[in-house]
Amino acid sequence: MAAPTMVTLTVNGEPVSRAVEPRLTLADFLRDALGLKGTHVGCEHGVCGACTLRLDGVMVRGCLTLAVQCEGAAVETIEGVSESGALKDLQEEFVARNALQCGYCTPGMLMSAAELLDRRPVPSRAEIREHLSGNYCRCTGYQSIVDAVETTARKRAGAGR
Amino acid sequence: MRLKPRAFEYIKATSLQDVFSVLDRHGDEAKILAGGQSLVPALNMRLAAPEIVVDVNAVEALRGIAVVGDSLRIGAMSRYVEIAASELVARHAPLIASAIPFIAHAAIRNRGTFGGSLCNADPASELPACALALRAVFNLAGSAGERAVAAEDFFLGTYTTALEPTEVLTSVDIPLAMDGTVSYFDEVARRRGDYAMAGLAACAERRGGTLADVRLVFFAVSDMPHLAAGAMAAADGQAVAGLDIEAVCAALGADFTPQEDLTTSAATKLQLMKVLTRRALTAFAGGEA
Repeated sequence: MAAPTMVTLTVNGEPVSRAVEPRLTLADFLRDALGLKGTHVGCEHGVCGACTLRLDGVMVRGCLTLAVQCEGAAVETIEGVSESGALKDLQEEFVARNALQCGYCTPGMLMSAAELLDRRPVPSRAEIREHLSGNYCRCTGYQSIVDAVETTARKRAGAGR
Repeated sequence: MRLKPRAFEYIKATSLQDVFSVLDRHGDEAKILAGGQSLVPALNMRLAAPEIVVDVNAVEALRGIAVVGDSLRIGAMSRYVEIAASELVARHAPLIASAIPFIAHAAIRNRGTFGGSLCNADPASELPACALALRAVFNLAGSAGERAVAAEDFFLGTYTTALEPTEVLTSVDIPLAMDGTVSYFDEVARRRGDYAMAGLAACAERRGGTLADVRLVFFAVSDMPHLAAGAMAAADGQAVAGLDIEAVCAALGADFTPQEDLTTSAATKLQLMKVLTRRALTAFAGGEA
């Protein structure tokens, strides 16, 4: 039982085929099979948000999705959105506001904030806090993270984006 | 820390027949994977270690939200995010629409499913209480046929339901809200998205200034959703003007003692139940709910 199963998907736009054990999570698949270490693994049971990524355009937990479920899916990670420049302004605002210290939570924070800004172009601070409530930061604190997301939203709105 | 599931065989079902054949062959050894937001953590921590995981994400028969007769039918694979966006749910089952934002966090709501939450029957989860308050009917199916189970008969205890190992929940039927239907949902948790310390799903009919058919269902206070019969009887038939809310609160503790958990004593839970009851009945007595 539990023989490796072939799975074919796209990761950051590139087609990938690998044989995977059914028990392998998507987060471990990205990190260990593909060497994409930007998707961090924290609690491994869906609480901390460090492994947040996009599956078919939707924000999900990489640790609560099995790689074998991703046949035909499109996965986007922090590496993909960093290379494309899609979150460049948000990333720069995180730097400007010191919205990271050790950086462990940052990829998940960025992926999570990106979905909020797609859905609600100018969210309130309360909405930002609610949306990021599933992403834990254990050093910087949330104030500067909320600042960075809020400032990015305002700048995008000002630029008519 | 490295949390890794025990090895299992993965079967992707594309029809109910596929699911039935796996369950008929493997029974208890097989676990159904819907949204995975409770099952996969349990696999990662090896609290669950099934031989077989049968993925029902591609089973079309488990999808869809529609009005069928005088009920709203919600497919078991409906994700929270779909329910939150559904105008049919907002109009015909407003209690459920108001409960969704309380469930975990946005990334979890993108994947977690209505049927998955009901079948998991976590005592602290929101939707089992809503289903009981709304007198939902659970549509179960297996190779031997289909049956409908009332919410009162579906939940049996912590993580325990009337679902047989060879059955799958296909959909849930919820009686359509009427003109005078009022509903209220709230919970008290330490932080947004945490498990509730106590929660309440409530609904009633407001007819000519009187409350009728009051349903008060508490969660995270017992091993399963608690229908507060005594308090419901105390509220039933009361005039909205001058509603005696304290009489309803007093009835809460008369026939029920909450179960304490790791963080919250029974006395605190009872106190929170009263707080939630006051909020719900105040909303019912006011213009909105």
